[in-house]
Amino acid sequence: MATAARTIQVEIKRQSSPDQPATTEKFEIPYRPNMNITSLLGEIALNPVEVTGKPTTPITYDSNCLEEICGSCAMLINGKARMACSALVDKLEQPIRLAPLSKFPVVRDLAVDRSVLFENLKAVKAWVPIDGSYDLGSGPRQQPQIQEQRYPLSNCISCTICMEVCPQFNDSTSFVGAATIAQVKLFNMDPAGSVLKEERLRALAGDGGVQECGMAQNCVAACPKQLPLIEAISDVSRDVVIQQVKDFFSL
Amino acid sequence: MAATPRIIVVGGGLAGLAAVIKIAEAGGTVDLFSIVPVKRSHSVCAQGGINAAKDLKGEGDSVLKHFDDTVYGGDFLANQTPVKNMTAQGPAIIDLLDRMGVPFNRTPEGLLDFRRFGGTLYQRTAFAGATTGQQLLYALDEQVRRYEAEGKVKKYEGWEFLSAVLGSKGEARGICAMDLRSMETRTFPADAVIICTGGNGAIFGKSTNSVVCTGSAQSALYQQGAFYANGEFIQVHPTAIPGEDKLRLMSESARGEGGRVWVPRDRNDKRVARSIPEADRYYFLEERYPKYGNLVPRDIATREIFKIVYEDNMGIDGQPMVYLDLTHLPKARLHKLEGILEIYEKFVGDDPREVPMKIFPGMHYTMGGLWVDFQQQTNIPGVFAAGEADYSIHGANRLGANSLLSCIYGGFVAGPQALQYAKALPAQVGDGGHAEELARQKQKNSGLLNNAGTENPFKIWRELGETMTKHATIVRYNAGLDEADAKIVELLGRYKNVNLSDKSQWANTSFAFTRQLYNMLELARVIVQGARQRDESRGAHYKPDFPNRNDEQFLKTTKAAFVDGAPSISFEDVDISHIKPRPRVYSST
Repeated sequence: MATAARTIQVEIKRQSSPDQPATTEKFEIPYRPNMNITSLLGEIALNPVEVTGKPTTPITYDSNCLEEICGSCAMLINGKARMACSALVDKLEQPIRLAPLSKFPVVRDLAVDRSVLFENLKAVKAWVPIDGSYDLGSGPRQQPQIQEQRYPLSNCISCTICMEVCPQFNDSTSFVGAATIAQVKLFNMDPAGSVLKEERLRALAGDGGVQECGMAQNCVAACPKQLPLIEAISDVSRDVVIQQVKDFFSL
Repeated sequence: MAATPRIIVVGGGLAGLAAVIKIAEAGGTVDLFSIVPVKRSHSVCAQGGINAAKDLKGEGDSVLKHFDDTVYGGDFLANQTPVKNMTAQGPAIIDLLDRMGVPFNRTPEGLLDFRRFGGTLYQRTAFAGATTGQQLLYALDEQVRRYEAEGKVKKYEGWEFLSAVLGSKGEARGICAMDLRSMETRTFPADAVIICTGGNGAIFGKSTNSVVCTGSAQSALYQQGAFYANGEFIQVHPTAIPGEDKLRLMSESARGEGGRVWVPRDRNDKRVARSIPEADRYYFLEERYPKYGNLVPRDIATREIFKIVYEDNMGIDGQPMVYLDLTHLPKARLHKLEGILEIYEKFVGDDPREVPMKIFPGMHYTMGGLWVDFQQQTNIPGVFAAGEADYSIHGANRLGANSLLSCIYGGFVAGPQALQYAKALPAQVGDGGHAEELARQKQKNSGLLNNAGTENPFKIWRELGETMTKHATIVRYNAGLDEADAKIVELLGRYKNVNLSDKSQWANTSFAFTRQLYNMLELARVIVQGARQRDESRGAHYKPDFPNRNDEQFLKTTKAAFVDGAPSISFEDVDISHIKPRPRVYSST
């Protein structure tokens, strides 16, 4: 061979279980154009051998749709929280460093437990309390402008990147994070969903609620779906304050 | 009779969640099993919309026209009664989704907007931008979360279905499942089980499907005695973005909003796409199908693109690709497609508003599935199925935007039917077969973990995908199908020699995958042998050696049973009680 075959250098932070120490393994993958991080991890599964020649195990990570809509494959790629499927190798500096999200308990390797978000959605009643699933005729008419505001919020894929990058989302605050607050705005804007508006706002008052936001605005910059998170947080903040005032005077 | 019927739903996509909602609403309790958090299910990938004949565009659309389009689009292979029921319920299902808060696009008057999709002449498809499946899944997920908060639903997310637990008369008494973190394998009791585990794209290696769409659950049940029907009917979507790890869907809505498919008339034309004048572009779908144009049904569009590339040698730059062009569309139309334009931009790097997209067909949808009766029950008593996992509704070819409807319809039927079945179920004999099934599954686990072979499961999978894509997708020949079956038998042999590089018992994803792989291999044989036996062309199943539909011999449902470790194929008459089969021709003007 005239030239050495082109390769991709990867360093992966690994942890075999939650109570084991983390280690770093290095890999060298044959280059192909147009690879993304998930196809890179697939190549390692096909041939799980470290660059030193030492056999190892395939990498554990969450993934499903591979087209950035299911929200599974969030991880730290070269230190940045992003979705692995839409991270293209050709655009990344090497060695490519992969690590699990840092603010969620590690399950194994790059897989973390993000169930806190789903618990938060339960706490703020992020649903429309319909009377029943039987045929009750058409829903209320809705101006296209309302849909235009609701649709972007409804694009949240629950990837938790907004929580990962938020300085206020940490062990000392119990901040719910931007994703949950955006869902409160979404459901409060729905004609039928707004019936639970007061309960949602009360759930976001007090410790861990919307006032924990320090307006670092990291969330809106990192969100892979470009949700208008800052706008949602400021709208919901205002509504929470109004609700608190109302509740105070009705005591 | 069970005091409080306990139902297990496997799969938390649209069909599963729809079933859960109906059961919880009727007072039943549900255990919901899903490999991934249900909000990450594959339904999230559906893009274009959901069909229902609301006729809000003054076109004179009706549920009977939707019924006829669906049966005709499916080349008369679908049993007609459930299709009729589904289309009749379409408008009410859309209204319900609207009431749940789905951000459907609106008209200036505030009504639901509709777009046109393939295989129809009516604007019948309601949509939420170009992420309709995501929006629908979230709406049902939210309703189920509400029932979960009320204690009516218990979710087992991160658990994988391994098999059904069958009682003394072969009836369902629960399931055996594996926790994908602790790798604990155990059985769960239930009076009825509903399987909503989607399609089987992973059998083809690369497809538009999500990672979890392996068909493993359906295959496990087939190996336990369930019939698998119409396995050979696989939809290859005409417009996918070729990729290294998967084929990414480019929704039919791109054409619904006016996107045009073309190649340069001169195969040696090296000019940049946008600089090629109209006269030098060959809009082959529009020329060959003047009435439906770019919105012919998917099987037809797929074959035409395949022919342009491989028979006419007119692929762009000699590559297997054609243009899907949106660059002429006004901004307002492009805005409705935002979600899919972003996908293309992110994964390919070109802006489809400025540069025509390059696309090629990709494996997309499983028309076949578990055989069910009109109540969505399989031939295993107490095991129901709904959504892409069952075979009903779509016949030989699915129309765009009918899948979301069929998922919700199927779930809405299966839920109440399972509840009714469970209420009448006699008490089980002994332990209902739990201990025996658990022992069987644990034995499989330890067998795999202790295997001292040399085969890498991911390599076996890659070879399976390559052979299936080559022989069992767009164009099929009997010699190729025989070759594919022989290859799968070889892979099954090599599977016995599989070696897990990871033998740990914590979040061992390759172990779970290797279990799925076995089921994929068994189900692949069903697909290949069904195709081998069907010597005709119908819908998505196309054999150049048998180019015509043959109703006399093959207006029949293919039913595969697992007998002595191999598929045994039989045929069953199709319900044609409402619409008389007629030739399927889209080319007239």
